[in-house]
Amino acid sequence: MIVFQKPHALTDAPMHYCPGCTHGIVHRLVAEAIDALGIEGKTVGIAPVGCSVMAYNYFACDMIEAAHGRAPAVATGVKRSDPDGLVVFTYQGDGDLASIGMAETVHAAARNENITVIFINNAIYGMTGGQMAPTSLPGQVTQTSPYGRDVKACGYPVRVCEMLATLDGPEYLERVAVNNIKNIKAAGKAIRKAFQNQIDGKGFSLIEVISSCPTNWGMTPQKALEWIDEKMIPYYPLGVYKDRSAAKEENA
Amino acid sequence: MADKVLMKGNEAIAEAAIRAGCRHYFGYPITPQTEIAAYMAKRMPKIGGTFLQAESEIAAINMVYGAASAGKRAMTSSSSPGISLKGEGISYMAGSDLPGLIVNVQRGGPGLGGIQPSQSDYFQSTRGGGHGDYHLIVLAPASVQEMADMTVKGFDLADKYRMPVMLLADGTMGQMMEPVSLDLSIAEAPEKPWATTGTKLARTHNIVNSLSLVPEELEKLNNARYAKYEIVKKNEVMYEEYMMDDAEICVVAFGIAARVSKNAVVAARKNGVKVGLIRPITLWPFPTDVVAKAADKAKRFISVELSMGQMIEDVRLAVNGKAPVELCYRVGGMIPTPEQVLDAIENGGAKE
Amino acid sequence: MTKQILISGFGGQGVLFTGKFLAYKGLIEDKHVSWLPSYGPEMRGGTASCSVIISDEPVGSPIVSKPDILVAMNIPSIDRFEDSVVPGGVILYDSSLIDRDVKRSDVSAYGVPATKMASDNGIPTLANMILGGKLLAILGEQGEEGIRAALAKVISAKHADMLDVNLKALQLGANA
Repeated sequence: MIVFQKPHALTDAPMHYCPGCTHGIVHRLVAEAIDALGIEGKTVGIAPVGCSVMAYNYFACDMIEAAHGRAPAVATGVKRSDPDGLVVFTYQGDGDLASIGMAETVHAAARNENITVIFINNAIYGMTGGQMAPTSLPGQVTQTSPYGRDVKACGYPVRVCEMLATLDGPEYLERVAVNNIKNIKAAGKAIRKAFQNQIDGKGFSLIEVISSCPTNWGMTPQKALEWIDEKMIPYYPLGVYKDRSAAKEENA
Repeated sequence: MADKVLMKGNEAIAEAAIRAGCRHYFGYPITPQTEIAAYMAKRMPKIGGTFLQAESEIAAINMVYGAASAGKRAMTSSSSPGISLKGEGISYMAGSDLPGLIVNVQRGGPGLGGIQPSQSDYFQSTRGGGHGDYHLIVLAPASVQEMADMTVKGFDLADKYRMPVMLLADGTMGQMMEPVSLDLSIAEAPEKPWATTGTKLARTHNIVNSLSLVPEELEKLNNARYAKYEIVKKNEVMYEEYMMDDAEICVVAFGIAARVSKNAVVAARKNGVKVGLIRPITLWPFPTDVVAKAADKAKRFISVELSMGQMIEDVRLAVNGKAPVELCYRVGGMIPTPEQVLDAIENGGAKE
Repeated sequence: MTKQILISGFGGQGVLFTGKFLAYKGLIEDKHVSWLPSYGPEMRGGTASCSVIISDEPVGSPIVSKPDILVAMNIPSIDRFEDSVVPGGVILYDSSLIDRDVKRSDVSAYGVPATKMASDNGIPTLANMILGGKLLAILGEQGEEGIRAALAKVISAKHADMLDVNLKALQLGANA
């Protein structure tokens, strides 16, 4: 009896992520959603620039590597090429989605582009070695905020779900975390819903996944997971920020 | 000419693109090319196509990148400042070997510059424009008919060689109306087995990508791309020669500058001056051999440009020191007059 | 035979439309033609102009810098372009808006109070076509078939009812 196996939507390529990094968990959750919905053959994924730049090697569906921050625009082009035939998702980090690509993010949401966005928020630029991200916390020490993020000089972190929730456009916005079993289960459910929404033609769904970066946070993997509970979640509360279909049902 | 209609150059591009099977247009408003977007906005919804006004030039080219990845004939259009913004996406398209058509209806620069015609994006277009080693095929129409013809040709070449193609026009070419026949010969787009259209679980996944972290592999990819460019250079050079048979003076000009120059050549011939015109239609690949051959006979070359002298470098490389090459130019949205070019032909010297 | 025509006036006076009409008429009569507008913010309220070339030969440069015929619909236009007309050329102007004579003595000048005529005849927006009618009369090109066909091309189907009033304006101009 098989009790545990790799999802079909993941390839056999060994992942390059650091020990304790949560990208692997989120990759698996995305692949499980694709498997569960039986959509691998018609799914196209868009990889970002950042730590998950090589996600195109790990997902078994067709993949495109986008320029830094442009994944929602690329996804728009793909989705519009075959709106009924393809399921399109982007997988982006905080620098990619909330800094250099903020315009693409906001406008894809405003258009209610029928795509699924997986947003990894670990409050740091991982690939380039730990610089301040748009989501780095006030006071957070990074390579480019060596004395701690000074909000007077660098401004405040961006709460993406809250900000996008002010728009009429997006269908679904939820923030989840992957630092314990309970949260991972909830994250898997949210990601699956984000894909289901696209299949149902409901529109733009973004799942913000609060993740850890033990290497660049300078913590053990265990300590990093605890730091999510202690520091990240208080600043970035988990929950559903927008669910238009549910709101409609309530009003009906 | 019963089969011809009067159309603006910009409109001819849009209609020809639709006839060439383009159903995906992504753009952003900028003068003097906005008629293309307006035309697409009107037509695309009626033929099941996509017109999308993107949030930026950057987003627009990346939408083209996406639609091209999915195997569609896709295009964007802009004018000089917008093309600079698209530079990133164009480089990624070149690096990912994606076909696509980018239209640049040039205006004066640098910076925000002006909105009147210019040819000062010659370097940007023919040298790639973005980062890295790559070329675009650059087509330079000189009539509204060629705006239509080169649009179709552009899609064909893009698909044939899996590379982005730029149609390089200017404000005059975009805004002017001329009779145009839309009886265009359209080749069918080739199969695109590399496209990301979903695996249907019937093949391993396709990846559209320009990242290659192993230097040996990236070098190999660049070499392969340049081998392809050599084939393009061999097969796809286009040009027009006008009164070149006995020419002792050779004017080289493209686009609107070539039309002005033609008037000057005709006038000079009436005065008994043996002058001819070479009009490059492909700016990359440049008709180097044609210019080089002309240099066997011609004693003097004049590059006529709406720039401070950009194409002149390619003319000089082709002439290779066999004859002097002079510049005749106007910039900033100004256009040389036939009289100015005639003066340059008859009296020589680099003159503004 | 090549005719280089420059039509200039305020944006909204219909100079581009008249130019388009002349170009289409040329096309229908198997001529080589080009039409090039001024473009940009000056179109909104400022001066608008267009270059029209009608020729038996392929058109080289589409820019008319030395017109054979200048049609001027306001003072800035005649001030700006009067000197550029070739000797022996034609200056046709709206004398209800341009209250000065043409200074050049080496051109044929025709003043037509087109704006006033348009207003008097209940077609206040068609001064441009009154001048167009006069221009055709000066050129001796009044074949009605070509005129009708060209109008049908430049007047969109939505405004088909405008065809007759345009014909009327052309006729008024021809008789002026």
